[in-house]
Amino acid sequence: MSYTPQLKELMKKVEETRASRVGVNFPRMSQEERQDVLEKFHPDYIVDGFREIKVGVNKGSRMPTEMADVFESWSRLRNVELDLKAEPDYDVDVLIIGGGGAGASAALDAHAAGADVLIATKLRFGDANTMMAQGGIQAADKENDTPAIHYLDVVGGGRFENIPELARALVMDAPLVIKWLEDMGTMFDKKEDGTMITIHGGGTARKRMHAARDYTGAEIMRTLRDEVLNKGITIIEFTAAVELILDDHGRAAGAVLFNLETEQYMIARAKTVIIATGGSGRLHYRGFPTSNHYGATADGLVIGYRAGAKTIYADSIQYHPTGGAYPPQLLGLLVTEKTRGLGATPLNIKGEQFVYHLETRDVESSAIIRECEERNLGVPLPTGITAVWLDSPLIELTHGEGTIERQLPAMLRQFQRFDVDIRKEPMLIYPTLHYQNGGLLITENGQSTVENLYVAGEAAGGIHGTNRLMGNSLLDIIVFGRRAGRDAAAKSKEMPAPQGLNLEHVASYHRELEETGAADDRTGPILLPHYTHR
Amino acid sequence: MSEEIKMVDIFLMGKRYTVPETLTIMDAMEYAGYQLKRGCGCRAGFCGACATVYRMAGDYELKVGLACQTKVEDGMYLAQIPFFPGRKATFDLEEIRPSTAHFAQLYPEVYRCLGCSSCTKVCPQDIDVMQYIAYIQRGDFKKAADISFDCLMCGLCVSRCPVNIVHYNAALTARRLYSRYIAKPDAFLTERTKAIEEGKLDAEIDALVSAEQEKLQEMYNNREIEK
Repeated sequence: MSYTPQLKELMKKVEETRASRVGVNFPRMSQEERQDVLEKFHPDYIVDGFREIKVGVNKGSRMPTEMADVFESWSRLRNVELDLKAEPDYDVDVLIIGGGGAGASAALDAHAAGADVLIATKLRFGDANTMMAQGGIQAADKENDTPAIHYLDVVGGGRFENIPELARALVMDAPLVIKWLEDMGTMFDKKEDGTMITIHGGGTARKRMHAARDYTGAEIMRTLRDEVLNKGITIIEFTAAVELILDDHGRAAGAVLFNLETEQYMIARAKTVIIATGGSGRLHYRGFPTSNHYGATADGLVIGYRAGAKTIYADSIQYHPTGGAYPPQLLGLLVTEKTRGLGATPLNIKGEQFVYHLETRDVESSAIIRECEERNLGVPLPTGITAVWLDSPLIELTHGEGTIERQLPAMLRQFQRFDVDIRKEPMLIYPTLHYQNGGLLITENGQSTVENLYVAGEAAGGIHGTNRLMGNSLLDIIVFGRRAGRDAAAKSKEMPAPQGLNLEHVASYHRELEETGAADDRTGPILLPHYTHR
Repeated sequence: MSEEIKMVDIFLMGKRYTVPETLTIMDAMEYAGYQLKRGCGCRAGFCGACATVYRMAGDYELKVGLACQTKVEDGMYLAQIPFFPGRKATFDLEEIRPSTAHFAQLYPEVYRCLGCSSCTKVCPQDIDVMQYIAYIQRGDFKKAADISFDCLMCGLCVSRCPVNIVHYNAALTARRLYSRYIAKPDAFLTERTKAIEEGKLDAEIDALVSAEQEKLQEMYNNREIEK
């Protein structure tokens, strides 16, 4: 489905202004202008999208309505008989829940530290948001850059709400992570002499975005996955954790696993547990389309919260400024920030730029929403929504023909499949639900507020404050995956086999739900989004 | 500007369903009532979970695509390939080198390629799969890495190979060998990691970690941005 004649007519405006826009930088906003556009247009500031949670350790704190709904839900084990005294089906040092980049990194470092590791993952091993991260991974490994300069970008982008120790760990480990991946045979974009090719991302003061074409996350994920398989680490696919199990001291001691295909429950006993289940975009906050993986349904948050793990910034959600808006098959699809990094700019219906193309994601998104909602200068689409242009042909004009094919092969291919050639035609974009800035609170070693329970990756919170920069998520999943893996392995060596396995925390959570009537008939975690139409 | 949406008939594993023509195969399966478990992943063409084979009514030719990236068409007979039992050779990257001798131990079947090109024809990413297998045979790991890079490991090539080559795993091994041993390491990166491990950058970062927010804000707003 290529652009309709009406859209092609509107596209002429973009073509008319293009030559005059080459090499011209739109002014950046002042701090006051940024604050103003955020408060008026960012979905985090829209009060009716949130409510207070009525139960659990964060009772009374604000969450998106859809997240509060899955938190306030009955356990899937409510009417299930389980014998926790019987011999467990699995008995390991470290149980990792989730098989994305954080889980795989945790597994590799826990294994290297001598721990017996089990990965349980709801879908296929490696099917995760990591696989979809296109643009890059940040690290201060150039002579004009330092971890301190990176730190300033992280906390400035995060509205100064980051937990300082977590941001410190992120930036200081970053070059170590790149080196680790390089040694593992990850195919980064490099010059002939081995120098990593790096570019800017939104909100970066230095060019520190490393990439592997625009398959950066995929390249990292397939390398990590291959290495986990090489090490012979046990992986159970299509098996979700539906509750954590605690021991007689209230420490994490395993999980109840659910085989999605046979629908059987199994008990995994573990001295330490790492939640690496990722984010929650598939809850579709405020009805937004999402760039997230099918499995991003907040499972780890739900079971961690029931076990008493505290959340932080659960009400902070990232909307990626450039989600696909048309053709309709691409709705919500991530248009990588690398596209703007290479110089594509957002334009309104008149073909005019209205915001600097590399503001931080929250500001850029808010400006796009303002252009469509308040100024009414969006491009109306046949599907009934409005969008703005993203002038990708400008990239070819600035950097030379062939740049898109070399640097953005995935984007080029995805739009070509639906008959749009982004080398010649601009894209149509609108913000898409992309990332959960907050999550379960962790220490710099990945420990949650529940003993022996670790969290890594998007499920963890505090690292990015209330707005994450591009390229810091691929980084954080590996930094904190490895840290959690190492610490959990060390901790498990000190621990005897857990005793008195129980689900008392679930019973007590149920009592709270009964007292407040908060759960209605909802059961959680939901495990899979429901898109069936009949 | 909304227009009425046309409906088409598709056949999911032989059963007929009427669905809107604008949908992808994946959306159409959900529209038809399937709660997907296998055969569904990133929904954006990156993970390779949704390899699908199909044929158009009245036509003999078997076609392939990713369910999330292919639009339905009237008269489409389709089935997903939820899993394919391809072998993966395990190895210690530090113990092998980009040499034909080492590669032949890991994936001997690569050298039995008949040149039938079934793999190339079937690739939903339009990768010249047979060509990279040829590069691997010749020991040209750089070229094999380059042209296999966009592989999603969906497994369709493996499903069609008459000599049972597991192309995607062979390609991944080739890319790891290339990146580890043929591409040069980044010299300054090595220097930087050493400086961090020796604690040489601690003082600078610790000053920021303990700084007041006002001071940080001022530094952030006035920071120099590389052109």
